[in-house]
Amino acid sequence: MSVLKLVGISKSFGGTRVFENVDLDVEKGDRIAILGASGSGKSTLLRCINLLETPDAGSIEIGGTKVGSAGRSGLRISERDLQALRLRAGMVFQQFNLFPHMTVAGNVAEGLSTVRRMSRPDARTRAIMELARVGLADKADAYPARLSGGQKQRVAIARALAMDPEILLFDEPTSALDPALVGEVLGVIEQLAEEGRTMLLVTHEIGFAYHVANRILFLAEGGIYESGTPDEVLKHPRRPLTQHFLKEHKRFQF
Amino acid sequence: MNYNWSFAPIFENWQVLAIGAVGTLRLFVICLVIGMGLGLVVALGRRAEARPLRWLSRAFVEVFRNTPVLVQILWFYYALPILAPVEIGPFTAAILGISLNSAAYSAEIFRGGIQSIEPGQWEAARAIAMTPAQVMRRVILPQAVRRIVPALTNRGVEIFKMSTLASVVAYVELLNQGKLIASIYFNPLEVYTIIAALFFLLLYPIVRLTYALERRLARSDA
Amino acid sequence: MYEWDFGPVLAESGVLLAGFRNTLELTATALAGGLVVGLLLALARLSPRRRLRWPAGVVIEVFRTTPPLVQLFWFYFGLPIVVSVEMTPFLAAALTFTIQSGAFFAEILRAGIVSIERGQWEAASAIGMRPHQTMRRVILPQAVKRMFPSMMERSIELMKTTTLVATVSYADLLFQANELAQKTFRPLEVFTLVALVYFVAITCLSGLGSLLERRFARSGEFAA
Ligand SMILES: Nc1ncnc2c1ncn2[C@@H]1O[C@H](COP(=O)(O)OP(=O)(O)O)[C@@H](O)[C@H]1O
Ligand SMILES: [Mg+2]
Repeated sequence: MSVLKLVGISKSFGGTRVFENVDLDVEKGDRIAILGASGSGKSTLLRCINLLETPDAGSIEIGGTKVGSAGRSGLRISERDLQALRLRAGMVFQQFNLFPHMTVAGNVAEGLSTVRRMSRPDARTRAIMELARVGLADKADAYPARLSGGQKQRVAIARALAMDPEILLFDEPTSALDPALVGEVLGVIEQLAEEGRTMLLVTHEIGFAYHVANRILFLAEGGIYESGTPDEVLKHPRRPLTQHFLKEHKRFQF
Repeated sequence: MNYNWSFAPIFENWQVLAIGAVGTLRLFVICLVIGMGLGLVVALGRRAEARPLRWLSRAFVEVFRNTPVLVQILWFYYALPILAPVEIGPFTAAILGISLNSAAYSAEIFRGGIQSIEPGQWEAARAIAMTPAQVMRRVILPQAVRRIVPALTNRGVEIFKMSTLASVVAYVELLNQGKLIASIYFNPLEVYTIIAALFFLLLYPIVRLTYALERRLARSDA
Repeated sequence: MYEWDFGPVLAESGVLLAGFRNTLELTATALAGGLVVGLLLALARLSPRRRLRWPAGVVIEVFRTTPPLVQLFWFYFGLPIVVSVEMTPFLAAALTFTIQSGAFFAEILRAGIVSIERGQWEAASAIGMRPHQTMRRVILPQAVKRMFPSMMERSIELMKTTTLVATVSYADLLFQANELAQKTFRPLEVFTLVALVYFVAITCLSGLGSLLERRFARSGEFAA
């Protein structure tokens, strides 16, 4: 069953093209890792999926329903469609973007109460459940400033999970973290993968991608440059830019 | 609301307003110079080695910032002559009140600017054996002043607006002359509209300039 | 050497007290009104709709760029000519200072709102919050806290500016002082005392401001 389907998505910023004509079909339970050099458009692709950026052309289908209608300058989407889409696609940002003026539980409960219209006590109960899932139930009443980077990112994951998304979008969730804190966040993501969650993950942790993903996309030259199973793309890359990228990444490994 | 606006009496008496404008400008220029100059001195005083000097500068700033400028003007006008054997006219009282008040505010702006310079700048300059005075003059102040130009310009605009308070002690400036016209022709609506417009037309370009400066500064700091 | 004598002034301190009460009343009125007007102006100025943005901009710029005393005279002497209202000094002053401080508050709030990182907007919309929900629940609380010191400073400026109403014979502290100075022939003592009252009141207010600021900081949500 297709959870997300992109057809012919293009995006440029003021004349500079980021990518053109990208097609992507995500099945339920897919774990897709997106790799690529810095500036290759990985973030932009994720942000086009939940419409933080509006694609210039193409169509998006999520859970079998088409989002918006083709307008003169890219997709035209009503505020209601936008909200519906975002409820189905949860997003985790590189910089966490927690709400600093709310407690940890407040962050996770916010969408439940203001968007899902859950009562505040119910939202809090649910929030604490989600926090327990990422191992942070004991931090429910702390403010984000008190947490380590790894803890912040786990809260951000709980915030996304609380909305019951059908697909999770991770944009370099560990890139802003101290190396020592990367593991705890990857652990949570791995656990979500094992539960059978559908996810798109932009990452530079190639070993983790190999281990967790069932498909790899390599972005370059304004599109999906190479794709396939982890073995195909990461062990036996066929095209030169992919080979070069992987070689550079392995340079200082032993 | 079919009131017949009539600006004719004001235009016919333009010389009256012109005299006021000269008075406003004179007051403005003097207060600007004293206010900014003294402000820098007080700001440096707050960083002085000598404790009494630091304390005095601080007291000056607190007193003049934490009381209304109109009270200051009236104090100099009515109260000071009783203490000191000096003749204090409306002009002097207005200058004293507005300049000292502005000096206190500018001092805080200068202080903020100086403090905003990273400690690394001090350390680097001291490391090549510059004296504290040299560091201040050659390294810190040039950078600080650049950063506070918008705030100082803003202060200048405030001084210009404050000049109208001199009308309270009957110093001849724009608002005072406007009152005069209004009392003769019974046209306060037109008079005060014109005066407000004059101030706006004069000051708004400067305000826009400070916006532009702020934007440029924000970009160069980023 | 001049002989200071506060006796005659203190004997009439009730007059000053009444004036101080009026000063506080006017300040509180204009502050409350100014915050509401300021929020509305700030939101209008940030609105995507030109028809809201433009007039808000004009009000903000005009009231920030013209002298408050001219504004006060305009409302007190000028406005009753075109609008049939019974203009009292209090009404004129409350109107002038409400709009004027509203204009300043609007700029402070606007700066605070645009200073909030884009990631906050994105995170809120990623969990499906609408723009007005995001503004109310995520952006404004942070903007108000970030701008609290500026708002406090502006409120203190407002209190100082209310002295201007003495010129239209509203019986504020300064006006009462002037009356008392003439009555007792002790201007030095009266004006010194009044300056002192303002000094103490304003110092207390700004002390209270810093106290609140520090409490915000300690509640843990400030650091990045
Ligand atoms: N809001 C934007 N405005 C202009 N250019 C942008 C914007 N966002 C991204 N870009 C450009 O688009 C390209 C792809 O960016 P991004 O998707 O962030 O790359 P990646 O995440 O792969 O590093 C880059 O060249 C970047 O400079
Ligand atoms: Mg990126």
